[in-house]
Amino acid sequence: MNIASLLAKKGPKVVTVQPEHTIRQALGVLADHNIGALVVVDRDGGPIGILSERDIVRSAARDEGVFTKTVSALMTKDVILGVPQDDLESVGRTMTDRRIRHLPVVDQRRLVGIISIGDVVKAQRDLYRGEVETLQMELTEEHGRPASR
Amino acid sequence: MTRPGTEAQPLRVAIVGAGPTGFYATDQLFRHPDLVVDVDMYDRVPTPFGLVRAGVAPDHQKIKAVTAAFDKVAAHPRFRFFGAVELGRHLSVDDLRAHYHMIVYTTGAQTDRRMGIPGEDLQRSHAATEFVAWYNGHPDYRDLSFDLSQERAAVVGVGNVAADVARILSRTPEELAATDIADYALEALSASRIREVYVLGRRGPAQAAFTNPEVRELGELAGADVTAKPDEVELDELTRQALERAPDRATQKKVDILKEFAHRAPTGKPKRLIMRFLVSPVELHDDERGAVGGMRLVKNRLYATATGTLQPKATNEFEELRVGLVFRSVGYRGVPLPGVPFNDDWGVILNEKGRVLDTQSKQPLVGQYTAGWIKRGPTGVIGTNKPDAVETVTGMLEDLARDIHLRPADASPEAIERLVRERQPQYLSYQDWLKLDELETRRGKETGRPRVKFTRVKDMLAALGRA
Repeated sequence: MNIASLLAKKGPKVVTVQPEHTIRQALGVLADHNIGALVVVDRDGGPIGILSERDIVRSAARDEGVFTKTVSALMTKDVILGVPQDDLESVGRTMTDRRIRHLPVVDQRRLVGIISIGDVVKAQRDLYRGEVETLQMELTEEHGRPASR
Repeated sequence: MTRPGTEAQPLRVAIVGAGPTGFYATDQLFRHPDLVVDVDMYDRVPTPFGLVRAGVAPDHQKIKAVTAAFDKVAAHPRFRFFGAVELGRHLSVDDLRAHYHMIVYTTGAQTDRRMGIPGEDLQRSHAATEFVAWYNGHPDYRDLSFDLSQERAAVVGVGNVAADVARILSRTPEELAATDIADYALEALSASRIREVYVLGRRGPAQAAFTNPEVRELGELAGADVTAKPDEVELDELTRQALERAPDRATQKKVDILKEFAHRAPTGKPKRLIMRFLVSPVELHDDERGAVGGMRLVKNRLYATATGTLQPKATNEFEELRVGLVFRSVGYRGVPLPGVPFNDDWGVILNEKGRVLDTQSKQPLVGQYTAGWIKRGPTGVIGTNKPDAVETVTGMLEDLARDIHLRPADASPEAIERLVRERQPQYLSYQDWLKLDELETRRGKETGRPRVKFTRVKDMLAALGRA
C-alpha cells in the first residue's frame, strides 16, 4: 500500500507558510487549523522547510523574542520529502527511526500533501484490522454455512 | 422539527454502490441502538456485492462466502435494495437530495490505470479488469471477446488481480468447471490455446504486492508448471539491507517460494507460467494487422527514495518478448460520478475523512459522504473497507448530532420508491436478488458447481417472471 491512499482522503488542503512570515503569524495558522506543523514553501509553492510546534518551543525556551523571529530562522531545512508512490511501511519505518512527525509529500516538486505519524499509524492499524476482519469472515462463513451449499 | 433518527422521523440514508463498503457502512448505521435509520442501497447493476461477485476470482469461493454476512445486514427490516438503478441515468444527486437526509457514495474504483506506453490500444491488449469482469459474468462485460487462440500471453503487474488473471489463464477446463465462472468464459477458456503466461513485475520479488497464499497457489496448478528466472528472484543489495534492518518473515517467505519456483524442474504439464521481475513493458509491437505481436521490455534496477521505498529505475538493457495477448493490471482508478466533486490527483471523490468537499470552497457539502475505494483509492483487502466505512459513519453521526444534514422535500420511503419505479420500472429488490441467488445455486447444484450465474439483465428479469 502506498501513501497516496492516505492523502486521497485528506482533502486538497495543505497548510503552508512562507519563510518571511513571523513566528506569531505561524502560531496563528497552527492554532486556526489545530495542527502541529506547517510546510514552508517558496514563492513557487515548492517546499523548502518544515516548521513544527517543537521548533517553536525549543526556541521559546531560551528566547523571549521568539514571536517576532521569521519562520526561516526557526524552520528545519533538511526535510525528508515523500512521494505518493512511497510504501506505507517504509514511510512508517523512516518516520519512526528518524523521529519525524510530519512528512511533506511532493509530486514532481509540487507539494501535494503532508502526512503525520498519526496518519501512518492509523493506516497501518486499519490495514491490519481489515485483514483480520476478512480472515474472520472467511472462517466464520466457511464453518457456519449450511451443509447444503 | 425534531432531529431525524427517531421512530417518528427515521434518518433516511441513500447508499450508492452495493459492494462490500456499502454493506459495511449500512451495518455500522444499524449498529446504533438509539438511532432509527432507513437505508436504501442503489447499484447500477441488478445484483448486489460489487467486486465480490464480479471481481473476486471464481476459484476463490471461500472469499466470496463473505456475502453471507452481507445477507444478514440486508435482512434488517429498514433496509431496501434498488438494483439496476444508476446515478446520473435514472436518478440524479438532486433527486437523492430531495428524498434523503444523507447520501453515501461507495462506488469503488470502476476503471483501470493505463500503462501509458505506445501500442497500448492495439487489439489483444486489454485491461485485466475487463477480463475479470468478463469471466465473472458482469452484464456490462459479458459480450467482450478475448483472442485465446494466441499461445503466449503476458500479464503486466504482480498484484492480486494479476495473480487471478494468470491463474485463470493457466487453469485446466476441469479446474474451471468446478467454479462459478460464467458459462461462456468456461467454454472459451476450455478451448484456449494459451501455452505460456508471463507475469511481469517492475520491482523485485520482495516488493511484489500479491500475498504468499496467492503466490503459493500459482505453484500448485494442475495443468501448468511455474517457473522464474534465478537471477531475477535473487535479492538485490538494497532489498537485502532493508530486510536485515527490519526482518519480515512474510516477505522472506515470499522470496523463498519464488526461489523455489526458479529451481523447479518442469514436470511436463501442458502450460507454463513464468514469473518475471525487474522488467517493465516500454512498447507493445503491432503484428502489422493492428494487434499485439510482442512487447519490448526494459530491465529495471531498484533505488531507494528519501523515505527508503525501493522503486524501479529503467536501465538501458532491453528485451523482446513474443506475446500475442496482453492484460494490464497496474492499478484501479475511480470514475467521477455525475454531480459529485472529484479529486483528479488521486482518482477519488474529493473528500476529507469521508465528508465530500465542495470543489470551490473545499468545505464539506452538507449530507454527502463517501467510503471505500472511491474515498481512499484501491488499497487493502475486502475487510479494509470496514474501518474505512466506520470512519465515514462516525463523521455522519457527528454531523447528525450537530443537526447537519439535508432537509429533503419528501423523505418518505414511498416517495422515492415511486420515483424509482417511474424512472426504472425494471429495478430489482433484495427479494428479487434472493430469488436469483436461489436459482443460480440450484442451477449450479445440477452441474456440481457453486452456482451458474445469470449474466444478462433480460435473463434475470425472465427468471423473475418479469420479461
